[in-house]
Amino acid sequence: MGEAAKTVIFEIERRNSTDEDSYWEKFELPYVMNMNVISALMEIRRNPVNIEGKKTTPVNWDMNCLEEVCGACSMIINGKARQSCTALVDQLEQPIRLQPMKTFPVVRDLVIDRSRMFDSLKKVKAWVPIDGTHDLGDGPRMPERKRQWAYELSKCMTCGVCLEACPNVNDKSDFIGAAPLSQVRLMNAHPTGAMNRDARLNAIMGEGGLASCGNSQNCVESCPKGIPLTTSIAALNRDTTVQMFRNFFGSDRMVD
Amino acid sequence: MSYYCIMMVCGFRCFRNILSALDAANQCFEGGKILDNNREFLMRRLHSLLGIIPIGLFLTQHLIINHFATQGVESFNTASHFMANLPFVIFLEIFVIYLPLMYHAFYGLYIAFTSKNNPGHYSYLRNMLFVAQRYTGVFLVVFIAWHVFETRFQVAIGADEADFNMMANILDNPFMLAFYIVGVLAAVFHFANGIWSFLVTWGITQSEAAQRNATYFTLLVFIVLSIIGMRALFAFV
Repeated sequence: MGEAAKTVIFEIERRNSTDEDSYWEKFELPYVMNMNVISALMEIRRNPVNIEGKKTTPVNWDMNCLEEVCGACSMIINGKARQSCTALVDQLEQPIRLQPMKTFPVVRDLVIDRSRMFDSLKKVKAWVPIDGTHDLGDGPRMPERKRQWAYELSKCMTCGVCLEACPNVNDKSDFIGAAPLSQVRLMNAHPTGAMNRDARLNAIMGEGGLASCGNSQNCVESCPKGIPLTTSIAALNRDTTVQMFRNFFGSDRMVD
Repeated sequence: MSYYCIMMVCGFRCFRNILSALDAANQCFEGGKILDNNREFLMRRLHSLLGIIPIGLFLTQHLIINHFATQGVESFNTASHFMANLPFVIFLEIFVIYLPLMYHAFYGLYIAFTSKNNPGHYSYLRNMLFVAQRYTGVFLVVFIAWHVFETRFQVAIGADEADFNMMANILDNPFMLAFYIVGVLAAVFHFANGIWSFLVTWGITQSEAAQRNATYFTLLVFIVLSIIGMRALFAFV
């Protein structure tokens, strides 16, 4: 001890509501060993005083699991979209700049509304329909090696980082982004899900679908779960090429 | 007694709701029918295809014919004369060059201006190439329009003849030479990188390794065509 107490400086882009202009506010807080961005935000919430010593409103942010599996706490940290729960202060350059992911509507401060992603999942039919009025019995078995491979795709937590990093997801385009596309590949790989693969492929061949991808590959570089998003997109490109010819030449073969 | 009645009614309502929900879910999955809204998909695929066939092939052929200039005035003039006098040349030009090129250019401008480039924070190789593809594309619309006006259009209105001297006169101006050097390199880059995205867009290269190998291959295409293009250009100087 004896040396001056270490502090951490945060610069946060804030706004009171969706339609209001944003402003920057700085905070200086005591350094705590192994602190992360969330624990720093909690400290600001406990003592909402900015760097000028003025009392301010606590910063709003979204969080849930705190272990990078829910995707709720995604934000832009020093320019890159990522989860704030796994953003360790020791590994970040200071001042640490926090911004909301503005590809999505900003609710307040760092809180964003990711509804469009969930709407996209509905649009591309990213589920396996199994319910019936009677017991349909067991589905086809999935090879173990395929299950292990599919597990990687199933790690998607709809966090929105791939949409934020994508240059083609913006207010000028209605591209749905990498995450829902990869889910189509996951659902189509499932032995029961594959029974409706043409419906999903046709869905992503619609407006704002697969074709709007420009191959910048920021999604796969940014994905916190390391999902092979660009491989999924290329694989779907192949599937939709076949589907396109089937549609065009009027094949009555719907599914394999 | 009334309690049981209420339970039964509730149960029945519940059951009916579940049934109608299932019905809706199953209808969603009827699938199979052709989308009426896949115009964007088809337009993007057409854009990708035309960039390689015929435009990319034409670019390659154009640069190779130009390369005759390195073998002297006579040699270039013979080759250029042969190309200019191909049978049905105007139809070849319209269907192999003008129409595909115009579609690729105008739809390409739309694609370029609907992206929000972010090479600053996401400075990965592929993203840089993505941005470069859009910048070279926009530049090429200007360059090719000027190039066609200066050469083919002048021939069409009878103001000039497409021969060695025409290019030598144009490239005599150092600014024009620089403009053409940048133009040829931009075109070759746009084509080479376009091959890479064509391979992804049609689902030919899928895995990371396949896409990486395609990057090496397209780099080779860029280098080879650049050498051919530059040698041809400097043969006129």
